[in-house]
Amino acid sequence: MNKNKEQLLNKRYKAEQRFRLYGLSAIFMALLFLTIFIFKIFSTGYSAFQKTWLIVPVTFDAELMMLDQNPSKEDLQDADYYDIALKSMADLDPNANEDQENELKRMVSYFFEKEIKNELLNDPNLIGKTKEVYLTASDDLDQVFKGNYPRDLPEDQRRVSDYQLKIFDQLVANGKVESKFNISFFTNADSREAELAGIASSFMGSIFSILVCLMIAFPVAVLAAIYLEEFAPKNRFTDFIEVNINNLAAVPSIVFGLLGLGVLLAIFHLPRSTPLVGGITLSLMTLPTIIIAARASLKAVPPSIREAALAMGASRMQTTMHHTVPLSMPGTLSGTIIGLAQALGETAPLILIGMVAFVNTIPGSPMDPAASLPVQIYIWAESAERGFVEKVSACIMVLLGFLIIMNLFAQIIRHKFEKKWS
Amino acid sequence: MNLILFTFIVLLGFTSYYFGRKKAYTIQSTKKRLTALPQFYGYYLAIWCAIPAFIIFSLWAIFEPTIVKLLILSDYSNQGYLDDELNLLYEKSKALSRGQFTGEITPLIEASAEKYLSLRSIAQSSKVVIVLSAIIASVAYAYKRISSNSRTREPVEKFLNAVLFTASLAAILTTVGIVFSLIFQTIDFFKVIPLFDFVFGTHWYPAKAFVRDSSEALDPTMYSDTFGAVPIFAGTFFIAFIAMCVAIPIGLMSGIYLAEYASTKVRQYAKPLIEILAGIPTVVYGFFAALTVGPFLKELGTSMGLEVSAESALAAGGVMGIMIIPFISSLSDDVITSVPQSLRDGSYAMGATKSETIKRVIFPAALPGIVGSILLGVSRAIGETMIVVMASGLAANLTLNPLESTSTITAQIVVILIGDQAFGDPKTQAAFALGMSLFLVTLCLNIVALRVVKKYREKYE
Repeated sequence: MNKNKEQLLNKRYKAEQRFRLYGLSAIFMALLFLTIFIFKIFSTGYSAFQKTWLIVPVTFDAELMMLDQNPSKEDLQDADYYDIALKSMADLDPNANEDQENELKRMVSYFFEKEIKNELLNDPNLIGKTKEVYLTASDDLDQVFKGNYPRDLPEDQRRVSDYQLKIFDQLVANGKVESKFNISFFTNADSREAELAGIASSFMGSIFSILVCLMIAFPVAVLAAIYLEEFAPKNRFTDFIEVNINNLAAVPSIVFGLLGLGVLLAIFHLPRSTPLVGGITLSLMTLPTIIIAARASLKAVPPSIREAALAMGASRMQTTMHHTVPLSMPGTLSGTIIGLAQALGETAPLILIGMVAFVNTIPGSPMDPAASLPVQIYIWAESAERGFVEKVSACIMVLLGFLIIMNLFAQIIRHKFEKKWS
Repeated sequence: MNLILFTFIVLLGFTSYYFGRKKAYTIQSTKKRLTALPQFYGYYLAIWCAIPAFIIFSLWAIFEPTIVKLLILSDYSNQGYLDDELNLLYEKSKALSRGQFTGEITPLIEASAEKYLSLRSIAQSSKVVIVLSAIIASVAYAYKRISSNSRTREPVEKFLNAVLFTASLAAILTTVGIVFSLIFQTIDFFKVIPLFDFVFGTHWYPAKAFVRDSSEALDPTMYSDTFGAVPIFAGTFFIAFIAMCVAIPIGLMSGIYLAEYASTKVRQYAKPLIEILAGIPTVVYGFFAALTVGPFLKELGTSMGLEVSAESALAAGGVMGIMIIPFISSLSDDVITSVPQSLRDGSYAMGATKSETIKRVIFPAALPGIVGSILLGVSRAIGETMIVVMASGLAANLTLNPLESTSTITAQIVVILIGDQAFGDPKTQAAFALGMSLFLVTLCLNIVALRVVKKYREKYE
């Protein structure tokens, strides 16, 4: 009997330990996912911040460029750079036949003549001389240099030929290949060529959308929260508004995209693919989040503040505007920032209103067509070229960086400025 | 032009505020008692300046284009043109007057463009005149009321109250907007495709609707086997089911651990770390699922002799489950923490171990709240878009094999609406019909979940 009891007790204790272990492993799993995730993104993405350059001697031959003696600035602008560009690439291998010359040309980026042109524009004295110029390597060679490209594949399955690899290896051996910080990733707009594609256009698109979103959602949400928390009579109608807000907070984001498409584009004829429409759509989405946060922080202001103001003869409006609202601002602001961070990461509604268009110019206003950072991730992730994989990860790193900064900012505002009532 | 007028009105508003306040001081200096603080006199005047301008501006924006169009087209309306031709003429002349016209310029278009320009300039100048005179009249009226020292604080506050109330209507307006944008297209869709075919049909192949020549008349029988949404609905719930299979055990157990076992220190770090998972944009999860998880599962399957699609439902559902873990864990954590301590103490006093207390006492007590949090998680899984678009298939297969690819409501909406859409096309309308069903399903889930959670909260508070 006694032994039985002890066994039972032991069994129960074991069950206890097992249960505890389940809980611990659940947390461990969740954190493991997070770690794998972050590790994967960083390990594929960090290399995109480096860019491979080929150092190629270029002879600025005035004849080949169709330049006269003492050319003016405009002449230099209009000169023909294609031939010298081609020639300098072909000179890498004096024995190259025509096909091989073509392959040599494809070792550098599509716009390599522009890079040569800029070199000359910076220093017009170079005419007739030879200088080693940094040329952006093609995205495939860029990947080869970073070690992301499987060189052991059969040649017909690779986009880089054996010949190109041979020349490239020679260049590497001579120290004519260099890796430098990839500034153009931050300053270029999107491009079909992976080695030239940058996030500037989508970044500006995101900024404009978020600004539009902030300018609409913040005032409306704060005013609505003030009304619902401080003035609204308790009746069916305000209950209905409340139910509405809670439901809107849980409506899938893609439905807001349909709203933007069906109302903003089809009825109001706002310009497609613009951050203006994107921002309005996002603002409708963030509205409930901000309203809920603002109401919570208005609720947290103790009634004694209101009573004191009312006792001094202030009207209800004065009490609210001069005392309650300013005291609730830290909470409201941090809720707003969190809402905006959500909006910044949102993709689906923006796709529906056409912000997936290929934009190769940097938008200057909310009325210009643009993409946004998450949409850029989507666009690049869908394209087949290997060079875009690391760009996607790098773009994700930039986006996550912004989200982390925004969330930290929200935390700081909350902890630094929020009054603790006790 | 509008911008200049707008700035001018704003300036007028500020000046009237200034004059209102000044008037209050002069009234005060005559030893009369003011009915409100001086700035309210200013606000009163400024509001009277802004309201008429605002009303006229918005009315003008609504009616001006229609009236101009009517005036231009009235010349041609009895000359035997069709309505479409007249509309086209109007659009062309508008484009020409803006210098954006690229087609052939006929004398007709040129004449109407000239008329358009002259009408526009008349409209502009009359707008300026009307707005300014309205402002002057209303400000003069308000100034007179101020001078007689009548009440100003009450009207100002009433106005502010009205503004606050209007802002709170934004939530309702958004809901109404959603319903409206969905309902008309959906009704149009069901005029072509019978509701029965949509709800019970088993073939989903919207690309077929694209092959149609737009000049042909719509032939409903053509679509009889095109828009059957059963595979889509099944795929949606299937992927959501897989996601919940990942999210419920992990989320719930970590919620229980955090609430009952974890020391304050572990809790302090583990909770925000898990919540990071909720803050990661879904497109990032989609990329992760498509680039890492999908190929990994495929390789794993091949090594075990299984045929696994690179876009399997398992990859999309599994990653979606990871995304939902924090929702379930933090909601159930909240729910469990709010179970009164007395229930625990009672159970411990009877000699129960901690896990027995949790399983037999706390879990049943917290069950409604936990169910609510799971329902919210399901609604999120159903509405999730980017993971499915990027990681699961785009062709709608009716399958229950998690290793094959399926498609979901959200993925189909994106597939149909990405790029250019033609409104009035059954394919576009199908996307709105899908959106409507998505909205209704998630709405029901949300209402039930919110109600359950609320009931539960009331029970213990």
